[in-house]
Amino acid sequence: MAPIKATSLLNLAGKALHRRQFSVSKIASAKQMTVRDALNSALDEEMTRDERVFIIGEEVAQYDGAYKVTRGLWKKYGDKRVIDTPITEMGFTGIAVGAAMAGLRPVCEYMTFNFAMQAIDQIINSAGKTFYMSAGRVNVPIVFRGPNGAAAGVGAQHSQCYGAWYAHCPGLKVISPYNSEDCKGLLKAAIRDPDPVVFLENEILYGVQYPMSDQALSNDFVLPIGKAKIERPGKHITIVAHSRAVETSLQAANELSSKGIEAEVINLRSLRPLDINTITASVAKTNHLITVEQGWPSAGIGAEILARIMESEAFFHLDQPAIRLTGVDTPMPYTKSLEMAALPVPKDVVEMTKKLLKVK
Amino acid sequence: MATRKCLQLLKIPNRRLFHGNNALLKEGPSFPGAQTTWTEKLSFVTKSSYAPIPVYRVMDRKGSVIDPEGDPQLPRETLLKMYKDMRTLNILDKILYESQRQGRISFYMTNYGEEAIHIGSAAALDLEDVIYGQYREAGVLVWRGFTAQQFVDQCYGNRDDLGKGRQMPVHYGAKHLNFVTISSPLSTQMPQAVGAAYALKGKGRVVVCYYGDGAASEGDAHAAFNFGATLECPVILFCRNNGYAISTPVKDQYRGDGVAARGPAFGIHTLRVDGNDVFAVYNATKLAKKYCLEESKPVVVEAMAYRLGHHSTSDDSTAYRSQDEVDQWATTDNPATKMKIYLMKKGLWSEDEEKKFLKEKREEVMTAFTAGEKKPKPNWNECFKDVYKFMPEHIEKQMNDMKKHVDKYKKQYPVDQYET
Ligand SMILES: Cc1ncc(C[n+]2csc(CCOP(=O)(O)OP(=O)(O)O)c2C)c(N)n1
Ligand SMILES: [Mg+2]
Repeated sequence: MAPIKATSLLNLAGKALHRRQFSVSKIASAKQMTVRDALNSALDEEMTRDERVFIIGEEVAQYDGAYKVTRGLWKKYGDKRVIDTPITEMGFTGIAVGAAMAGLRPVCEYMTFNFAMQAIDQIINSAGKTFYMSAGRVNVPIVFRGPNGAAAGVGAQHSQCYGAWYAHCPGLKVISPYNSEDCKGLLKAAIRDPDPVVFLENEILYGVQYPMSDQALSNDFVLPIGKAKIERPGKHITIVAHSRAVETSLQAANELSSKGIEAEVINLRSLRPLDINTITASVAKTNHLITVEQGWPSAGIGAEILARIMESEAFFHLDQPAIRLTGVDTPMPYTKSLEMAALPVPKDVVEMTKKLLKVK
Repeated sequence: MATRKCLQLLKIPNRRLFHGNNALLKEGPSFPGAQTTWTEKLSFVTKSSYAPIPVYRVMDRKGSVIDPEGDPQLPRETLLKMYKDMRTLNILDKILYESQRQGRISFYMTNYGEEAIHIGSAAALDLEDVIYGQYREAGVLVWRGFTAQQFVDQCYGNRDDLGKGRQMPVHYGAKHLNFVTISSPLSTQMPQAVGAAYALKGKGRVVVCYYGDGAASEGDAHAAFNFGATLECPVILFCRNNGYAISTPVKDQYRGDGVAARGPAFGIHTLRVDGNDVFAVYNATKLAKKYCLEESKPVVVEAMAYRLGHHSTSDDSTAYRSQDEVDQWATTDNPATKMKIYLMKKGLWSEDEEKKFLKEKREEVMTAFTAGEKKPKPNWNECFKDVYKFMPEHIEKQMNDMKKHVDKYKKQYPVDQYET
């Protein structure tokens, strides 16, 4: 079945931008924190905890990072721990890989993951494979991080999701967090991990506030890599998403709920390892499955999930074919209206759910 | 208006910019990008604006020391080990190259013509110094004590291969010898070596990164130079310029004065040496290491040589160069022969000793070769290991499934060829 093309719903998407805190009513009293600050505190805490941790990238030091994620860290830790580099992604990635081989714990920031394309050989062939190729003697504890996926109005070469690219490669771990808690807990886990971790942030979400539990505010809040989170329990349909698409899905679930449809929304958090068990358990309960992502359909994250369902026991629990909702299969257009049409919006999820459940 | 605002922002009273003796901009050019002088004459700076960097040597082509000051006066044992290791490398190359031709191993690369580069540089370093190689540096491993058996086991990818049979032949790695496992994509080891040197700053160790004249063209090479300089890392960026990158001669690889000329352009101290002269390489590496440690800065070394063998067993170099050219280098400026003559002149070596040594070494390598060929392959379950530090569940499951499968269908598989 062909992936469903996202429709242009300017109004809905516009509203969505102002309704980010829709799901916080229960924990409205919890402290709010932006995704940017959550990332920043994860970096800060891990740099204090382990002096082998250092940050390397373009403009990460005095300039505080292209998106200010490293704000204040250079002032606090100095030139030795926060290193500005010449404009050579391949070079500084290789340097970070070498430093990791020699025992340091680099956090390698890309201005965006689009520029990590320059360095992809170092990420996949060197960081991802050295432990294996050296017969388990040289591990590469490193984090590659930066904004991934569609930003806004920056055109095709700056708006694409690399989730599927990296998730394809054994040797790497790949995290695609959604909110502030995800970002803090998973970035800390990534920095502590003995293997190379690709950490895919989202530029649009940097400035968005999400609630932080007391636990999440503590110094030792670490989330497990490879475990998904049920963001919202439900019994009629399973919606699986990662990164910003989790928000799209939660908004859709809210709307569906008003029509008596309870969707279970799963936030993948990690793309590799993929927590297929959480998905299959949910499908066994709901008998329906939609995946939602901003990346392209072909060989994408949704494609992988559907294939794994097909190959497993869970297939027999499906009442209807599982469906992928993805970004459209084109480079990202620059024009705003087209850009909006190119990404899945809550309305697409709602329509598809109703179609699958055969409700009007 | 705008100017005044700028000046206010910069907190510079505008008087200072335009009047008075204490002008901010000095008489000469004040651009932040270069410290230099003015000229009113418009002319190109060309390759010939500078004299080419000379090649440092100790011996002439016949193995005679030209200036006695240059002779490092190494002790007898060291000299003999250097020479014997060069010949050991030749023997390993001969036997392993032949074994590939006979279809016993899949691939091989010889080191002929670069013996002095490997041994001269390795002898000037300490075991603690970390080596990042390209693939044609087996002599460094010989010097450090990698045994004939270990070479053979790697090329066969057998049970005792330190690399667990996961890499192509000649992709050696020896953590106990501080020799980082060879990586296939060219030049990736170069910025990594700088990164490792960065991590080892102030620890009294240097990192030595070998790369070819071809690899020097990759973006990574330039990044390594620039980062080495700006991050002030104790790394020796050691170019083996052997005239060819597979079939590409250096004249198609670059148009400047080799790789050495790039060093000063990046602000790096640079040496160019005769790679066929083991003492020149030794002296250069010693000096480079001393400078790296004392100044915590990088050094570029370019050792000039000639690749006597084919690029690899996948290459037939007669397609792009004449046998005459090869023979000339092999006979008139051969690094191993040159050292042999030096030793014989000093009375430290004779034809008889040579014959005896070669015979014994050949036997030793052949014994290792035969043993290596007979050893079983690593346990099949090794292919599941080391993807991650801790084996994830899904891989463990695959491994267990395979185990059940293989146990059940033992007869269908050559299980006796694998370590159990
Ligand atoms: C990134 C990359 N591009 C191309 C190759 C294929 N390749 C392998 S060796 C080689 C030539 C390298 O020549 P040089 O650096 O002069 O080393 P030499 O073989 O002469 O020792 C090439 C092009 C590669 N391994 N990696
Ligand atoms: Mg070459």
